[in-house]
Amino acid sequence: MAVQKRARITSQVQLAPGIFSMWLEEAEIAKKASPGQFLSLYCNSEDRLLPRPISICEIKEDRTSLRLVYRVAGKGTEEFSKLKEGDMIQVMGPLGNGFPMEKKKAILIGGGIGIPPMLELAKSLDCEKSIVLGYRDKNTFLDKEFLPYGQVYLSTEDGSLGVKGNVIDAVRQYAVQGAVIYACGPTPMLRGVKAYALEHNITAWMSLEERMACGIGACLACVCKTKEKDHHTNVDNTRICKEGPVFKAEAVEL
Amino acid sequence: MKMINTKVTIAGVEWDNPVTTASGTFGSGMEFADFVDLNRLGAVTTKGVSYVPWTGNPVPRIAETCSGMLNAIGLQNPGVEVFINRDLPFLKQYDTRVIVNVCGKTTEDYLKVVERLSDCAVDMLEINISCPNVKEGGIAFGQNTCSVEEITRQVKRYAKQPVIMKLSPNVTDIREMAKAAEAGGADALSLINTLTGTKIDIYKRKFVLANETGGLSGPAVKPVALRMVNQVARTVKIPVIGMGGIMTGEDAIEFLMAGATAVAVGTANFRNPLATAEVIDGINDFLAKEGIQDVKEIIGCVN
Repeated sequence: MAVQKRARITSQVQLAPGIFSMWLEEAEIAKKASPGQFLSLYCNSEDRLLPRPISICEIKEDRTSLRLVYRVAGKGTEEFSKLKEGDMIQVMGPLGNGFPMEKKKAILIGGGIGIPPMLELAKSLDCEKSIVLGYRDKNTFLDKEFLPYGQVYLSTEDGSLGVKGNVIDAVRQYAVQGAVIYACGPTPMLRGVKAYALEHNITAWMSLEERMACGIGACLACVCKTKEKDHHTNVDNTRICKEGPVFKAEAVEL
Repeated sequence: MKMINTKVTIAGVEWDNPVTTASGTFGSGMEFADFVDLNRLGAVTTKGVSYVPWTGNPVPRIAETCSGMLNAIGLQNPGVEVFINRDLPFLKQYDTRVIVNVCGKTTEDYLKVVERLSDCAVDMLEINISCPNVKEGGIAFGQNTCSVEEITRQVKRYAKQPVIMKLSPNVTDIREMAKAAEAGGADALSLINTLTGTKIDIYKRKFVLANETGGLSGPAVKPVALRMVNQVARTVKIPVIGMGGIMTGEDAIEFLMAGATAVAVGTANFRNPLATAEVIDGINDFLAKEGIQDVKEIIGCVN
């Protein structure tokens, strides 16, 4: 069950242009959190009413703190990026359902700001892992932190590092093998991952993103089209914040 | 300390306190029960319920604005049968009044839901003739006095519970709509629904919402809502439930003083899942501090 808390920021650093890493001390949320879940972060400024959903990048081993790595995408995330060690922030979590832990040779695919949740997943999965990370250009982040957990492959849109192109180009070029895919990234990337998984008959778990208001399943803002009628909504769409954000690729229409 | 009386009566239905939820911001209460004791609420007003399931609009369905938000959910809901079989039994576990918000595309749609709910354990019906985000029905019924009066009259023929007509602010003079609903036999009014607005992504050169327009809510609309509640309360004899940007007990007190018999907390639930309970506490604190023994003493006190 999610809780709303005021959490202390224990560190805030910039990893790349517009990309920040923040550690929050919040044991109650950290104890319950699992890879793929997210937190709602609230602005101190009341003229920005809605929480920002941000995925969990790491859970400290002693379960006292959580790490969030996020992109400054607007005024809300800009406000977060200016908070300093010792500042307090209103948070709710853990929200949503994380990645199912399958004990099969895994391919972890992260694109852009979809990379952070893959780090805790990489730490938690007890199996052989290949990690494919896609960036726009040479301004990468977190890539070195994945090295202890598996073979890491990079792609960049401009070809400045790794394979020129997207994550699927990297998967094909390096002939990355696996029996299950875990992915998080922009929707076009997830479409490519879904198509690749279908083509190779591999199970794929994908974490989706959408604009959210409540973050707890009440407002029905963040829905995604589904293949079958959803048990809760009774129509062909599902709540990303509540039933997701992680879905089996074939269950959702992108 | 002397007990403060916070009970209010709307169309013969007594609420323990004057606070309910604004339709669409609280689901059927299930998602909020982890945060708030639903027994504390005067009433729970559900998300709009239609006769058959509605899929709603494409995403993006929401956009934040300065001190507010736009939504264009499009009244997605599982339909009245799922509501009756799943959501209503959940709500009936709590000691609170249940108000079901009813939506439809045609008059017949509204009437079928009203009739289906007639033998259910529902305390009041709120008829949504003011949703700006659906192509048919909704606001189409709420923007002209003849159709407001006619739909109210039709609903009243079938309804077994008291009927609250929910009014749109997207009209030239909301008092005319209020009078039409009263003439049609409405037992109470609720206002305001959201104000139609839009937002543009200047880098994509596109509307932010897939629906292009959405309904504005939150603190940004409060002064407008308060003015309209006051105008309507001074115009009709039936009770008014006031809403629009209520975040705190003080905001709620303003609406009560403007003439609302009760208030609804809406967008605040998205920022703070405890908002309803905090508004109730805030009302109680104000009454205690001001030495007011009965909340009814302040209703319409500015008029």
